[in-house]
Amino acid sequence: MELFTNQVLSGIATGAIYACMALAVVMIYEAIDHLNFAQGEMAMFSTFAAWQFMQWGIPYWGAFVLSVVLSFAAGIAIERALFRPLGHASVLVQIAGFIALFAIINSVAGLIWDFTIKPFPTPFGSTPLLGGVISSHQAGMIAVTILLLGFLYVFFSFTRVGLAMRAAATMPESAKLVGVNVGWMIALGWGLAAAIGAIAGIMIAPVIFLEPNMMGGVLLYGFVGAVLGGLSSPAGAVAGGFIVGVLENLAGTYIPGVGNELKLPIALAMIIAVLVFKPNGLFGRVQVQRV
Amino acid sequence: MSIKVRSRLAALSAATLAVTMMSGAAFAQKKYDTGATDTEIKIGNIMPYSGPASAYGVIGKTIDAYFKKINAEGGINGRKISFISYDDGYSPPKAVEQVRKLVESDEVLLVFDPLGTPSNTAIQKYLNQKKVPQLFVATGATKWNDPKSFPWTMGWQPNYQTEGQIYAKYVLKEKPNAKIAVLYQNDDYGKDYLKGFKDGLGAKAASMIVAESSYEVSEPTIDSHIVKLKSSGADVFFNIATPKFAAQAIKKAAEIDWKPMQFLNNVSASIGSVIKPAGFENAQGIISAAYLKDATDQQWKNDAGMKRFDEFLAKYFPEGNRIDLNVIFGYSVSQTMVQVLKQAGDNLTRANVMKEAASLKDLELDLLLPGIKINTGPTDFAPISSVQLMRFKGDTWERFGDVLSADATN
Repeated sequence: MELFTNQVLSGIATGAIYACMALAVVMIYEAIDHLNFAQGEMAMFSTFAAWQFMQWGIPYWGAFVLSVVLSFAAGIAIERALFRPLGHASVLVQIAGFIALFAIINSVAGLIWDFTIKPFPTPFGSTPLLGGVISSHQAGMIAVTILLLGFLYVFFSFTRVGLAMRAAATMPESAKLVGVNVGWMIALGWGLAAAIGAIAGIMIAPVIFLEPNMMGGVLLYGFVGAVLGGLSSPAGAVAGGFIVGVLENLAGTYIPGVGNELKLPIALAMIIAVLVFKPNGLFGRVQVQRV
Repeated sequence: MSIKVRSRLAALSAATLAVTMMSGAAFAQKKYDTGATDTEIKIGNIMPYSGPASAYGVIGKTIDAYFKKINAEGGINGRKISFISYDDGYSPPKAVEQVRKLVESDEVLLVFDPLGTPSNTAIQKYLNQKKVPQLFVATGATKWNDPKSFPWTMGWQPNYQTEGQIYAKYVLKEKPNAKIAVLYQNDDYGKDYLKGFKDGLGAKAASMIVAESSYEVSEPTIDSHIVKLKSSGADVFFNIATPKFAAQAIKKAAEIDWKPMQFLNNVSASIGSVIKPAGFENAQGIISAAYLKDATDQQWKNDAGMKRFDEFLAKYFPEGNRIDLNVIFGYSVSQTMVQVLKQAGDNLTRANVMKEAASLKDLELDLLLPGIKINTGPTDFAPISSVQLMRFKGDTWERFGDVLSADATN
C-alpha cells in the first residue's frame, strides 16, 4: 500500500511537469490551431536565458521576470519574422517550419551553453515532504501550475483579448468581420505561449536538470496530457498531465513483466481508448458544425 | 612531448627504432597507402555533432584541436595531419554513408575514433572488407576486442562488462548477503553493464538482485523507478545511467531517504557534470571506477599531465569545457593515435598502422590514472583494460585498492 501511495504521489509530482508544458501547448493551440513542435525548445532556451542572467548576478526573481518578458517578446518576434510569411501556406509547410525551428534552437543552445547538464536553482527549496516522495520544489511547481491555470482561465473566458484570440484561432474569417485583428492575435498567442513555456521550463529544470535536450520527452508527454484533457481546455490539459503522470507510474509498477519496459505505450493505449469515446478529450469543448 | 614512456622502454624503443632505420636503409623506401604522403596523413572520423547524442560531438572538436597542436609543433615525423570529421547524427545508415565518403572520395588512411556502438557496428564490416583501420572506436561495448574476426577494428576504453564484473566482485567481498537493486538504460550499453555485473556475481546473481528497473532515454524523469527500487528493500544500488539520469537518480535517492551502498558506472563519474548537479551531500560514499583523471577533481591540481592539458586548452581549444569528461577523452585518445603514427615512422601502410596499433607497450598518457597503461598485442585489441575503484568523499574521488584489470577478475 505504501508503494501504491508513493507511486501515485510521485506520479502527481511528475505529472506537474507534464501539466506545466501542456498549458503552453494549449496556449499555442488556442492561438494558431496547430501544435508547435518547437515549443519545448523555446522553453528550454528561455530557461537557459534565465540561468545566464543568474550567472551574471541577477537574483532569482529578477532573472525569472526578465526571462519571461524576453520570451514573450521573442515569441512575437518569431511569429512576425518566420510564421507570418507562412500564414497562408499549407499545414505541412508550417510543420516543416516548426521542425526547422526546433533544430535551430536546439543546436544554437548547444553551441552557446554546451551539452553538460547544469543544476538550476529553485525558490521553494528541496526539503522532502510527505516522507520524501514529493520535494518542496515539486509542491511549489504544482502551485505555480494551478496559478497559471487560473490566469489562463480568466484570460480566455473573461477578457476581451482572450475571447478575441479564441475567435481568431477557431474562425479567422468571422473574427475579421467583427473587427478582430487576427494577425496580431496570433502574434500575441505566440508571445504568451513562449512566456508560459519559459515559466514551465524554469519550474521543470530543477527536477530534470538544464541541458539542450531536456524538453524532448517533456513536450511529448505534455502534448499527450493536453490531448487527453482536451486541447481547448486549460483545466483539462492540467488534469490530463497529472493523469498521464500517475497512469504511467502505476503501469510501470503493477503490470508484471512488460509493465516497466512498456509503461509509456500502455499509458498511451489507455489514452487512445479514452479518445475513441471522447474525441475532444475528457474536458474539451465538443465541436459542433453547423450544416 | 606529452606522452611519457618509461625511460627503460624509451631506451628500448629507441634501440628498436635504430634497428628499423638500419634495416630500412637497406631498401630506403618510404611506404605509403592511400591517405599518406611525404607531407600529409589523412585521418577520417564520424561524430554525432547533431541529434540525440550531440553531447559527444565535443570529442571530435577536441581531437581536431589536438591535431592542430601537433601540426603547429611540426607534425608527426614531418607530416601534417588532415583531420576530416563528418556528422553522422548518431544514425547508423548515415554513418555508413559518411564512412564510404571518407574512404572512397576523401581517401583517408584510416578511420579514427568513430563514436557510438550502433554506428561502429554499422561500419565495421565495410571497413574490414576494405582493409581500412577502424581505430580506437569510442564505445565501451565488449565486442571490439575481436582481432580474429575483425583484424581492422580496435577499441580503446575499458569495456562495460569488465567494469560491471569489478563492481560485482567488490559486492561479493564486502557485502556477501547484499540485496541489490539495479537501474539501467534500456539499450546495448545498459545491458552490457548488467551482463558483466551478473557474470561477476555468478550463481548468486539470481538471489542477490532483488529488483531491476530499466528506463528509456525519452523519459523526462526516472523518479518513479527510484521509488520502486527503494521499496524492494535493497541495500545495494547499481546506477547504470547516462549523466543526466544518473544525477537525477542520486538526487532522488537522497530525497526519499534511501541510503544503500551505491555503485555509479564510469560513464557518469564526472564530478562537474554529474556529482555537482546531483549535490555533493547526496553523493558521499558512492563507489565508481575510473581510468581517466577528472579535471574537476582537486587532487590533480598540480599534476604535470593535467597542467599540459590545461596549456593545450588555453592555447588550442579555449572554447573547450574542462569539466566535460568528453574533452579529457578526446585529448587522451588523440595522444594514443599520435603515438601509433609516430611508431609507424615512414611505413604508413594501413597494415603497418594496424601492426603498430597492436604493439603499444606500457604507454602512459597525460590523463590516464597513475598505474593505468595502454598495452596491445596481436591478440589483444583492448588498449585500456584496467580501472581503479574510487569512493566519493567531500568534493573529490578517493581512489582505493589496486588497479584492477579484466584478467584479474576472471
